[in-house]
Amino acid sequence: MNKILITIDGKGYLVESDKTVLEVARENKIFIPTLCNLQGIKPQGSCRICTCMIDGRMMTACTTPVSNNMIVITKTEELDKLRSNIVELLFAEGNHFCPSCERSGNCELQALAYLYKIMVPEFDYIFPNRNVDATHPKIILDHNRCILCKRCIRRKKEAENPTWFVFKNRGDKVQINFDHELTADFDDEMAQKAMDTCPVGAIIRKEKGYDVPMGKRKYDKHPINCDCIKCKE
Amino acid sequence: MSEKQSPKTFLPNEGDDSGCSCDCGKIEAILAKYNNDRGRLMDILIDVQDSQGCVGKEAVAKIAKVFNMSKVDVVQTLSFYHFFSQTPRGKYTVYLNDSAVAEMMGRDEITKAFEEEVGCKFGSVSEDGRIGLFDTACIGMNDQEPSAIINKRVFTKLTKEKVAKIVKGMKNDFEVEDLPCTDVQDNILMQGPILTKDTEIGEAVRKAVFMSPEEVIEEIKQSNLRGRGGAGFPTALKWRFCRNAPGEKHYVFCNADEGEPGTFKDRVILTERPNLLFAGMTIAGYAIGAEEGILYLRYEYKFMEKQLEEVLTNLRNKGLLGKDVAGKEGFNYDIRIQSGGGAYVCGEESALLESAEGKRGEPRDRPPFPVVKGYMQQPTSVNNVETFCSVAKIMHKSAKWYRSLGTLDSTGSKLVSVSGDCERPGIYEIEWGFTVQDVLNLVGARNVQAVQVGGPSGKCIAPNDFNRKLAYEDLSTGGSIIVIGKQRDLLKDIVMNFLDFFIEESCGSCVPCRAMTVQYKKKMEKIIAGKGVKKDIDQMLSWEKVMLMNRCGLGQSACNPVISTIKNFRELYDAKIQKTDYVSQFDLAAAVKESCKTAGRIPNLGGNHE
Repeated sequence: MNKILITIDGKGYLVESDKTVLEVARENKIFIPTLCNLQGIKPQGSCRICTCMIDGRMMTACTTPVSNNMIVITKTEELDKLRSNIVELLFAEGNHFCPSCERSGNCELQALAYLYKIMVPEFDYIFPNRNVDATHPKIILDHNRCILCKRCIRRKKEAENPTWFVFKNRGDKVQINFDHELTADFDDEMAQKAMDTCPVGAIIRKEKGYDVPMGKRKYDKHPINCDCIKCKE
Repeated sequence: MSEKQSPKTFLPNEGDDSGCSCDCGKIEAILAKYNNDRGRLMDILIDVQDSQGCVGKEAVAKIAKVFNMSKVDVVQTLSFYHFFSQTPRGKYTVYLNDSAVAEMMGRDEITKAFEEEVGCKFGSVSEDGRIGLFDTACIGMNDQEPSAIINKRVFTKLTKEKVAKIVKGMKNDFEVEDLPCTDVQDNILMQGPILTKDTEIGEAVRKAVFMSPEEVIEEIKQSNLRGRGGAGFPTALKWRFCRNAPGEKHYVFCNADEGEPGTFKDRVILTERPNLLFAGMTIAGYAIGAEEGILYLRYEYKFMEKQLEEVLTNLRNKGLLGKDVAGKEGFNYDIRIQSGGGAYVCGEESALLESAEGKRGEPRDRPPFPVVKGYMQQPTSVNNVETFCSVAKIMHKSAKWYRSLGTLDSTGSKLVSVSGDCERPGIYEIEWGFTVQDVLNLVGARNVQAVQVGGPSGKCIAPNDFNRKLAYEDLSTGGSIIVIGKQRDLLKDIVMNFLDFFIEESCGSCVPCRAMTVQYKKKMEKIIAGKGVKKDIDQMLSWEKVMLMNRCGLGQSACNPVISTIKNFRELYDAKIQKTDYVSQFDLAAAVKESCKTAGRIPNLGGNHE
């Protein structure tokens, strides 16, 4: 593989040319916040939180392939402000009540809110009227907590047809929809996989939970950008 | 849809417990018509919607089964488009335009007239299931508003009396073709080099195909032609990228998804100069090495589809499409029409391609660009209707001629669609470099408060900017010019209408576009209600940066109605806001209303709330 030179935050790196900016940053322990990205599935760039200054333009790190002599700036005061605005928008747009959520402490959205020290969003809470779909035997889909990142959609799509999770409607009416018939025989492993794909608590397993007590969860002691050995595993 | 709105009369299997409301045999026939091709899902959904009045459960199940898709996946596409529905929308479905200009021209009265005559509210279907009333975004008839689409046919300049006649016709089971009062006018009020009929189509195509493709691209390059959709990307460069990109096939797409409110110039080209357009598409096909050109026609323009098909047949008969086009051995090229389903965002080229592949019209991440990986992952050049017409003219008359028109950076002419508060709304073909005031003089506009240049995603400018030029280097426009008179409430009548438009038309993928547009609306409501403070205005300005993080042009420009009016009409905002730092938005009575109602308590709102 051809190696090319890119500069990230003022430092040069020789990298493989088929990587995205995000992949290269991760390999080199440079933190770029993400939400809709999940390692192993095709990136889509819908949350926009990984936006960096790439060759002078705002572009998402997860979808932009590296190119020779590319200059990337991953962190500025302004970028962090914009990212924090996106986190705030997500909190304002949905109904996120962390204390009662199974994913609290394990939630990427919550962890980013702590990272950006969000207290009260500058946006109006919408308090949308959203449903909880608990009719499936193995999983609960709580639309209140869904941040519409499409991770559940993309995870299945690449594996095979037909797709289980999809989008429905458009604009602010958009929501996740899933096929109850095709997922009727979900076993515990599949249900766990679906839950693990979700960055927040929108997909939750039925009759199972709180295995790890609060206080001992992933982000309870270490922030999401932590680069200690344990967090990097 | 509520129980009350579900139709009674026109369901073939009424009372059937299976809930099947579709004619299954017909759906199979539709699938067969498109060779059971998954890529033609849009056409299939359109035909099912047309023949069944909706795409119901049974139809979804049938389509899913044939394509080995999940049912929810079919719904995923179908629920994206405005003109598809899972519940019946009536034997006749009225889509009344709700653009800002329609409102200016008295849409309110027409809404009431329809509701009274039909006996149901907009957003629902009459009790007997006969007539459905729905809103729709700009249908490209701003020069003859108020107007509506009924079963693909367009009804313009509606009045109360016309509505009464139309509804009477629908109640008497008239065919849509026999309903009274329809006449779409072309309103070409000024012809320039593109619209002037002085080009023999065959000659333009022949001239091109007997040059080498590289020479054709070079000629277009010399003309300095730039994309007419609004973004202004150099056409020759796009073609060169596309031609040079490796692929099994190359495709030409014509973007006729003219959805920017206030634009209707493509409508006029498509009905009045289709030959010129198809000649341009053929030349493009030759230049980039394509065998297939696809005209992506917005659903709103389906009324002209039959005529366009006839034009294509005629071209095939003349040897200008098909095998060995224009006598050029080995150049085989044909054009087909692909309909949309009602989505503004599909005017964005990568969203258009997604839609043409039978998917949700969500813009793609770039790179790769469509010229490298476009339709069916093959190199694709997507160009605007007007761009193709310019191409045909350039090939016929030379790049040098074309360069003599317009300005240095914006060569040639531009078709502008002018509507709103003026005496002569219509199509004006002007040379680039005309000022806004020149246009206002042409159309007979007096007492002008503001001009919206480039539609809602463009800019709203004040009289002190009327001497600015229409050109890529100054005020760029895809063609929409809306004149706003002094009698209008700019914030309420225009900005709010545009915000609603963007909220409705966002694909919902990027967070800022989906969520921030709603926040802008909330802030504007607060300001219009007289409860805003200076900080609200500052915040709205600062949010523009967040909007620029969106993936596509729609998202990036969705805040423009607010930003450009704050910049150019600040006094309107200042007059509405309170001169304090903070105004409480909390309404205790409203907050406790529901809980008090549930508990049967009388709220105690007096004095100390603690």
